[in-house]
Amino acid sequence: MSNAPVNTGRRMFLTATTAVVGAVGAAGVAVPFIKSWNPSAKAKAAGAPVEVDVSKIEPGQLIRVEWQGKPVWVVSRTDAAMKDLAAHDDKLRDPNSEEPQQPDYATNPARSIRPDIFVAVGICTHLGCSPTYLPDGFGELVEGVKSGFFCPCHGSKFDMAGRVFQNVPAPLNLVIPPYHFKDDNTVLVGVSEGDA
Amino acid sequence: MIKGLVTGVIDWVDARIPMTDTWNKHLAQYPTPINFNFWYFFGSLAMLVLVNQILTGIWLTMNYNPSAEGAFASIEYIMRDVEYGWLLRYMHSTGASFFFIVVYLHMFRGLIYGSYQKPRELIWVFGMLIFLVLMAEAFMGYLLPWGQMSFWGAQVIISLFGAIPIIGDDLTQWIRGDFVISGATLTRFFALHVVALPLVLVVLVFLHIVALHEVGSNNPEGIEIKKKKGSVPESELSPFKYHKQFSGKKDIVDAAPFFPYFVVKDVVGVAVFLFLFAGVIFFWPEGGGYFLEPPNFEPANGLKTPAHIAPVWYYTPFYAILRAIPDKLIGVIVFGSSVLILVFLPWFDRCKVRSIRYRSTLHKLNITQFTICFIVLGILGALPATPLYTLISQICSFGYFAFFALLFIYSKNEKCKPVPERITK
Amino acid sequence: MKKLLITLFALLPSLVFAAGPSIPLDKANYDLTDKASLQNGAKLFINYCLGCHTMGYQRYERVANDLDIPDDLMLDNLMFTDQKIGDLMTNSMHKKQASKWFGAAPPDLTLVARVRGADWLYTYLRSFYADPRRPFGVNNTVFPDVGMPHVLEELQGVPNAVFETEMVDGVEHKTLVSIEADGSGELSKDEYNQAVLDMVNFLVYSGEPMRVERERLGIFVLGFIFIFFIIAYLLKKEFWRDVHH
Repeated sequence: MSNAPVNTGRRMFLTATTAVVGAVGAAGVAVPFIKSWNPSAKAKAAGAPVEVDVSKIEPGQLIRVEWQGKPVWVVSRTDAAMKDLAAHDDKLRDPNSEEPQQPDYATNPARSIRPDIFVAVGICTHLGCSPTYLPDGFGELVEGVKSGFFCPCHGSKFDMAGRVFQNVPAPLNLVIPPYHFKDDNTVLVGVSEGDA
Repeated sequence: MIKGLVTGVIDWVDARIPMTDTWNKHLAQYPTPINFNFWYFFGSLAMLVLVNQILTGIWLTMNYNPSAEGAFASIEYIMRDVEYGWLLRYMHSTGASFFFIVVYLHMFRGLIYGSYQKPRELIWVFGMLIFLVLMAEAFMGYLLPWGQMSFWGAQVIISLFGAIPIIGDDLTQWIRGDFVISGATLTRFFALHVVALPLVLVVLVFLHIVALHEVGSNNPEGIEIKKKKGSVPESELSPFKYHKQFSGKKDIVDAAPFFPYFVVKDVVGVAVFLFLFAGVIFFWPEGGGYFLEPPNFEPANGLKTPAHIAPVWYYTPFYAILRAIPDKLIGVIVFGSSVLILVFLPWFDRCKVRSIRYRSTLHKLNITQFTICFIVLGILGALPATPLYTLISQICSFGYFAFFALLFIYSKNEKCKPVPERITK
Repeated sequence: MKKLLITLFALLPSLVFAAGPSIPLDKANYDLTDKASLQNGAKLFINYCLGCHTMGYQRYERVANDLDIPDDLMLDNLMFTDQKIGDLMTNSMHKKQASKWFGAAPPDLTLVARVRGADWLYTYLRSFYADPRRPFGVNNTVFPDVGMPHVLEELQGVPNAVFETEMVDGVEHKTLVSIEADGSGELSKDEYNQAVLDMVNFLVYSGEPMRVERERLGIFVLGFIFIFFIIAYLLKKEFWRDVHH
């Protein structure tokens, strides 16, 4: 006699049911193991929204704050820099910010809520390095554009609205984090208006 | 089409390693006695708990901080800040107690059905080594939460080594790596608990099963299911196909293949076990103060001993024996012997009959008194020592060792009941 | 054998009691699902205890979320000004100075309910009595010569011990029979007991903040395993028909 089980319908049904219920159970057991890899309450507390006082930033100056462990730039753009923004659309990959790299309220040519204050996550969209701010010397890299950001790792270039230039490795514009103005002088990075 | 592909892959692997053959030899065509009762669930359950401990242990390691400054806080971090960290921690802490419950019942099964007797002595010895390593593993693991009980429990147990003449003090200092239990002790225990001892455990479990599968399982009747080739009429042979390693040399009776019959049976045992296990994890994780002891929710403090310190419940029988002896060195020797003597059980029992079902009344009484002594010692070991309790502990310690002495004496010419030829007749 | 196991299990509860404390404790009928009680307990704890004791493993945000306290209420009324909502509930007391003031640094209270038990806390907080021999003017029947002042005195009033004097073999024996507040506190006796119970409720919660969730999840898990057991049992029966002809 062979060991092949007598495959009655009942036996098949029970085997399949046990297997399915067992698999559901195993999946359930996996949940705590998988979820425990999410950021913990401690990490979330460290990644809480950050207040930035923008009244002290001089025109053309960049300050870095840490939000969720990432560098966030807050730049006070000069009038000249803002005027420059419209002049080189033909050299950009995504001049109109069609890719979802920013909240709706920053989907505009300046990629910001207030044109003079630019807020962006300072991480290159290529492989995660933090680009260098070149307030004056950017013209050597892209003709006719005075200031911008240059990634030292693989040479990606971004303009003063964090838009990526063509013919560089980075595929997308810099990420704009959620933020809003608590008052004229205070930016809260990490949360959109009304989401608090 | 898909079936063809699967067969192709299996053939390809089988041409290189004996995959199908191993599956058949150890599962699908492995003869298992059909009269297993509930005592036979605990082997597979012990394996399940081992897997649980290894998986939850690995996950706890991801957030645990093995330092005197950070250990206690990191446990609370796991309990509060890590998503489902509390569940992983309770699975691990409850798993430790359930491991011992299951292993003690598994050992008791071997004791009453004579599963340690010839030719299964090595299975027992490997099993006892597993038990010893498990005790060390649990002991070192218990230091890691760095609570008051962790600290003082380790302090007491490590001090036992101080009873050894001449080298004692140097030895305890060497184990601790400091003049008291400290961060140095914690980190070395951590390394042993999460890496070294689990590796040893897994190897020993493998050897335990290799030894088991070489000779096959015993059963509640203590009767072999493998008979001399040609001694059993065709009509009475077990009607299943077995691997030629078994059926080629022996006539197999009263058996069924491990897969699927004992797999589906063990799954039922697993379901019952998980129900109890989950019940404790979700509704009784402190186990009445025995699985997680209240003083251990206070960080270790080397200047203040808790009012009543007792080891975790699974050590209490042996701890009670230690306390019953009013001399440090002799106490430690007796304590050590009480654990080690179990290893030699196969050679204390000289009877040819295995199962308690066919053995003498004297043997039944002896096992009963041994069991009572063991349980009473376990209870007393958890309580503060009073003169009365100490006296009872001494009596029970005597009973514990007397079991082995008596067994050795009477088992040579024991008057047993006649053992049937077959399980089913 | 079964008898032995039954005896063993019958003995277990008696063990738990055997390990219990010697002073009779009052039962704390706390309710972890009573949000109002927990909120009040949190408020009392933060106002009266957190100045000296920390709750250093618990975060304000967790308390706010679990107890349905709005974040801004928590920030404005219940937290020290320099702290963020995600911070651990610590204070700015220096351990060394604290040791000087109280003899020992006030212990962290996150897990105190798991160390001492709810009943102990409930009884302890209601067992302070005026005792001029002690540095802070109070003693405690549950924790004799406690190094802590009676912080809740403004709520309870001055608790005076009532002694009963007995002559045993010619020697005067004073036994403390009850503690009566002098009525100078903000709360009546019942209100004070309730306030203490709320605080104990909060401490039990903070000892194991996931407990309600744990038990809720447990019901589902046990139900699931039970269903699995039934199916597995039927499957086993079906297969074993081959063996038991």
